[in-house]
Amino acid sequence: MTDFPFLSILTLLPLVGAVVVALIPKQKAELAKTIAFGWSLVVLVLSIVMWIAFQAGGDRFQFRESYAWIPSWDARFTFAADGIALVMLMLIAILFPVVILASWHDVEKSNRSAPIYFSLLLAFEFTMIGVFAAADVFLFYVFFEIMLIPMYFIIGSFGGPRRQYAAVKFFLYSLVGGLFMLAAVIGLWVVGGKTFDFGNLAQAAGSIDQNTARWLFLGFFVAFAIKAPFFPFHTWLPDAGGAAPAGAAALLVGVMDKVGTFGILRYCLSLFPEASRWFAPAALVLGVIGIIYAALLAVGQNDLKRLVSYTSIAHFGFIGIGIFAFTTQAGTGAVLYMVNHGLATGLLFIVVGMFIARRGSSLISDFGGAGKLVPVLAGVFFSAGLASLALPGTAPFISEFLVLIGTFTVHPAYAVVATAGIILAAAYVLWMVQRTTQGELNPALTEVPEMRKDITLREKVVVAPLVLLIILLGFYPKPVTDVINPAVEATMQDVGVQDPGPTAVVANERVAR
Amino acid sequence: MEQTVEFAPASGVLSGIWLLVAIPLASAAILLLLGKRADKWGHWLGVLSVAATFVLGLVFFLNLSGLDAERRSAQISLWDFMAVGNLHVDFGLLFDPLAGVFVLLITGVGSLIHLYAVGYMEHDPGRRRFFGYFNLFVAAMLLLVLGNNYVMLYFGWEGVGLASYLLISFWYTRPSAATAGKKAFLMNRVGDAGLAIGIFLMFATLGTTQYDEVFGNVSALSSTTVLVLGLLLLLGAAGKSGQFPLQAWLPDAMEGPTPVSALIHAATMVTAGVYLIARSHAIFTANTVLQTVVVSVGALTLLMGCIIGAAKDDIKRVLAWSTVSQIGYMFLGVGLGGGAYALAIIHLLAHGFFKANMFLGAGSVMHGMHDQVDIRRFGGLRKYMRWTWLTFMMGWLAIIGIPPLSGYFSKEPIIAAAFERGDWTSWLYGMAALLGAGLTAFYMTRLFVLTFHGPERYTEDNQHPHESPFIMTVPLMLLALGSIGAGWLMSTSVPDWLEPVFGAEEAPHEAVLSHTLITILSLVVTVLGAGLAWAMFRRGTALEPQPAGVVVTAARRNLYTDAINEAVFERPGIYLTRALVFLDNKGIDGLVNGIAAGIGGTSGRLRRLQTGFVRSYALSMLTGAVLVVGAFLAIQLGWLA
Repeated sequence: MTDFPFLSILTLLPLVGAVVVALIPKQKAELAKTIAFGWSLVVLVLSIVMWIAFQAGGDRFQFRESYAWIPSWDARFTFAADGIALVMLMLIAILFPVVILASWHDVEKSNRSAPIYFSLLLAFEFTMIGVFAAADVFLFYVFFEIMLIPMYFIIGSFGGPRRQYAAVKFFLYSLVGGLFMLAAVIGLWVVGGKTFDFGNLAQAAGSIDQNTARWLFLGFFVAFAIKAPFFPFHTWLPDAGGAAPAGAAALLVGVMDKVGTFGILRYCLSLFPEASRWFAPAALVLGVIGIIYAALLAVGQNDLKRLVSYTSIAHFGFIGIGIFAFTTQAGTGAVLYMVNHGLATGLLFIVVGMFIARRGSSLISDFGGAGKLVPVLAGVFFSAGLASLALPGTAPFISEFLVLIGTFTVHPAYAVVATAGIILAAAYVLWMVQRTTQGELNPALTEVPEMRKDITLREKVVVAPLVLLIILLGFYPKPVTDVINPAVEATMQDVGVQDPGPTAVVANERVAR
Repeated sequence: MEQTVEFAPASGVLSGIWLLVAIPLASAAILLLLGKRADKWGHWLGVLSVAATFVLGLVFFLNLSGLDAERRSAQISLWDFMAVGNLHVDFGLLFDPLAGVFVLLITGVGSLIHLYAVGYMEHDPGRRRFFGYFNLFVAAMLLLVLGNNYVMLYFGWEGVGLASYLLISFWYTRPSAATAGKKAFLMNRVGDAGLAIGIFLMFATLGTTQYDEVFGNVSALSSTTVLVLGLLLLLGAAGKSGQFPLQAWLPDAMEGPTPVSALIHAATMVTAGVYLIARSHAIFTANTVLQTVVVSVGALTLLMGCIIGAAKDDIKRVLAWSTVSQIGYMFLGVGLGGGAYALAIIHLLAHGFFKANMFLGAGSVMHGMHDQVDIRRFGGLRKYMRWTWLTFMMGWLAIIGIPPLSGYFSKEPIIAAAFERGDWTSWLYGMAALLGAGLTAFYMTRLFVLTFHGPERYTEDNQHPHESPFIMTVPLMLLALGSIGAGWLMSTSVPDWLEPVFGAEEAPHEAVLSHTLITILSLVVTVLGAGLAWAMFRRGTALEPQPAGVVVTAARRNLYTDAINEAVFERPGIYLTRALVFLDNKGIDGLVNGIAAGIGGTSGRLRRLQTGFVRSYALSMLTGAVLVVGAFLAIQLGWLA
C-alpha cells in the first residue's frame, strides 16, 4: 500500500476539482456546491487511507515520489511526508469539507458567483496539500507563493468591508516574505550542491559555512515568521482574518498560517541546525512577547473576527516557543498545537461566522444576550472558546501543556511568562462570550429575524466533527502524538540537542516504571 | 529522611473506581446533549447518577477498609494520557483513604443537595441544564480527588473551575451573574497558573508527576526547590479555596443558585485547596518556611473572613465569608502539619455538613421569602418555617463550636494544635484562631437571630413566609444530623483511617497552654461572642446601613481588597489594553505608514507607484526585518542572553 502514489494524487485531486467546479455556470450554484463538497470528501477518504498506511515507527519520510521537472537546476516534483506533514495533511483534509459545508450560503447575499468561490476553495486546498507534501525546496517555494493567489481572490472578492485593503495588505506582506525566501532558496542551491532535493540538502547542511547558514536561515525565517505570523510581523492577520469570509478565515489561520511554523521545523531547523540554535533565544523572545502582546490586544477588540485573529497570534507564540525550546515535549507539543489550533480556532471562526451571518455584523457591541435567542449556538460558541483557552478535556490543553512543560525544562523563565498567557486567554474568551451571549438581551437583536433561528441541521453537521475531535484528542491524543513523536525526535537530532534529564534525581534512585 | 511511598494496584471490585467519574460524566453528557427532550425527567437522572455514585463509593470504601493498613490503596492506569520523551502521564486513578473520605463527602452531601435542588429549581425553565452542569461538577471533582498524578488533579481542578463558572453564571442574563462567573474563573486561573508551573517544576527536577514517585523523592530536592514548589502549589490552593490573596471571587460566586453555593462554594470545591496541600503533605512537611507561610495564610484569611462576615447583610454573603474563614482554619491545620493534617480533614468534612446545611437553610428561607436575601428584612421566621429554623440552628451551633455538636470536635482541636506549634509563634497563631472562634460566634449568632428571631421586619406585601416542601426539608434534616453527630463520630475514627496517608502522629510540641485551658478559653470566647450578638440583635436592627466607624466601614468594603485589586490590576490592565490596541493599529502599522509617507515625500520614484499599499507594506516588512535583525544583534552583543 505504501507504493501507492498518495501524495501526488492527493495534491492534484483538488486541482482537478477546482477546474470542474469553475466550469459550472453561475446559475447552478447548488450543483457547484455539491460537487465541491463531494470532492473534498473524496480527498478526506484518501487522506484517511493514507493515514492508515503510514507506519508511525517506520522511515521518517514515507510515500516518497519523484518526477523530473527542471533537470538543469535539479528541481524535481518530489513528494514525501514525515509525521509532521502527515498530521497537517490530515487536518487539511478534515477542515476543507467542514468549511465548504459551513460556507454554503456565504455567497448568496453578495450576488457573486458561487462556482468561482467553491472552485477557489478547492484550488486553495490544492496549494495547501502541495506545500505540505513537497520534499523539494523549489517545489515548496512555488507552492508557498501560489497559495497566495486563491486566498487573495477569496478575501478580495468575497470578503467583508475593507476587503480590498486587507487583500492587498495580505498579498504584499506574504510576497515580501516570499522574496526573502527566494533569495535564501537560491543561496541554498548555490552552497548546498546545486540541488533542491530536501534529502540531499539536509545531508549537505553540515558543510555550509556558519555565517552563510545564518543568513540563509534568516531568509527562510523571515518568510515563515510573516506567514505564521509571529510578533512583530502580525499586523496583516487581523485585517485579513477580519475581512475574509468566516470559513476562509478558518482556513487562513487554521491551515495556511501553519505553513510558517511547518517551514521553520522542516527547513530552518533541519537545514541550518547551528543557525537555529544561535537564533533560538531571539525567536523565544519573539514568541513570548507574541503570547502576551496578542492576548492583551485580543482582550481589547470589538470585532469578533479580529478578536479571534489576535488569539491566533497569541497561539502562534506558543507554537514558536515550542519549536525553539528544542525538547521533544515542546516540539511535539508545538506540532500538536498546530493541529489542535486548526481544529479549535477553525471551529471558533466557523461559529463566529454563524453569528455574523445571522446578525449581519461582526461587531461585538451589536450583540449582547444572544444566548437567550440561540442557546445551542451560544453553547457551541462557548465550547469553542473553552478549546481556545486550552481547558483540560479539550485537545489544545495537551499541546499547550506539552509546549510549556517542555520549555520549562530548558528555559523556565520563558515558560513562566508564557504560562501567564493562560490567564489572559481566559480573559479574552470569557469576556468575548459575556459581551456576545450573556447579560441582558440587546433589543436590536430581537428585530433581526435570523437571530431567532437557533443552530440548523447543516450547522450541526459542520460543528459536530470538530467538537468530537477536540474532545476525543483532549482525552486520548496518543494516535496523533505517536505519529508526531518520531518526526520531532528526528528533527531534534538534526538540530543536535537532547532532552535534559530530571535535575534532582539520580537515575537508579527512581522508582522503576 | 528517606521515605518510600507505594500504592497497591487495584484489584477485584476496586478496579472499577473509574465508574465514580464515568457515571456522573455520562449523566451530564446525556442531560446537556438531549436538550429539551430530557426536560421532564432530567433532574431525576441527575439525582440518581450521584446517588448511584455514592452507593458505589461506599462499596469501594468498605472494600478498601478490608485491606491491610500498609496496602490500603488501589491504583489503576486507564490509558497513556501523554507520553513524549521521558514524560509519562497516565490517565490514572488512585483510591486511598484520603481519596475515599472525599469521595464519600462529595457524593454523599452531593446527593442530598441534588435532591434538594429538584425542589429548589422546580420553577426554573433551565432545571435540566442546571442538573447537567451539577453532574459535570461532581464528575470533575471526583477526578480531582481520584487522580494518581498532578496532571489528573489539574484536569479535575480546571474541570471544577468550569462547572463553577457555568453554575455561578447560570442565570446568565443577569449581568451581575455573568460578571461574577468570569471573575471566579479568572481568579482561579491565576491560581491554576501557579499549580501548572508547580507541575512543570516537578517534572523538570524529578522527571515525573505521579504522586508516589514525587513523594518518594522529595528528599532529593534542594530546600529552595521544595519551597518554590510548595509556594506554587499554595498559590493554586489559595485560588481554588478563596484564601488570601485570591479570596475576592468567592463571595461574588453567591450569584449562583443556592444549591450551587452549598455544594460547590461551601462543601466541596472550595476545599480542594486543602485537599491539594494534604495530598502533597510530603512536600509541605519538608520545609518549615513553607509551613509557616501556609499557617500565616490560614490565620490571616480566617480573621479576614470573620471580620468581613460580621459586617455583611446578605445572608448568602455572610455564609460565603464564613466559608472563607472556615477554610482558613483548615489551611491553618494543614500548615501546622503532623497530627493537624487529620484535624484539618475532619474540620473539612464537618464543615461540609454544617455549611451545606446552613446554605440550604438559607435557600429555604429565600424560597419562602420571595428571594429576599437581606437579613435586616427577615426576623421572627422561626414561627413560619419550623424545620428550616431547627435545622439551621444545628448548623449554627455546630459552626460556633458548642459541644457536643460537630464544630466543637473539629475546630477546637485545630485551635489547640495552633497553640502547640512549639515556639513563640504558638501564641500568634493560637490567639488568632481563638479570636476567630469568638468572632465566628458573633457573626453567626447575628445571622441566626436576625433571620429567625426578634421582630418581623419584612415589609413588602408579596412576602408570605412559608416552609419549603419536603423534598427540600428532608435533605436539611439529614444534614442537620450530620452537623450534630459527624464531629464526634469522626474525631477518633478519621485520624486512624488516614494514618496510612499521613503517617503515625508524632508527639506534639510542648503546648504553651494546657489543652483543658484552651478548651475552656475557646468556649468562653464563643459564649461571649454569641451572647454579645444576641444582646445586640435580639430586638432587630435598622433596615438601612447605619453610619459606622473605620473598622466596620472597611469590613463592609471587604477590607478594601476589591478596591486594591481594581486599582492594581483591573484599571491598569484596561488602560494597557487600550494603549496596546491603539499602538497596534496606529503605532506599529501607523509608524510604518508614516515612515513610508516620509520617504514618499522625498522620493518621486516611489510616489509614482501610487498604490500606497506597496510602499508602506514593503517598508513595513523592512522595518520588521530590521527589528528582528536588531534583536539578533542585541543578543549577539549579549544584551539579552
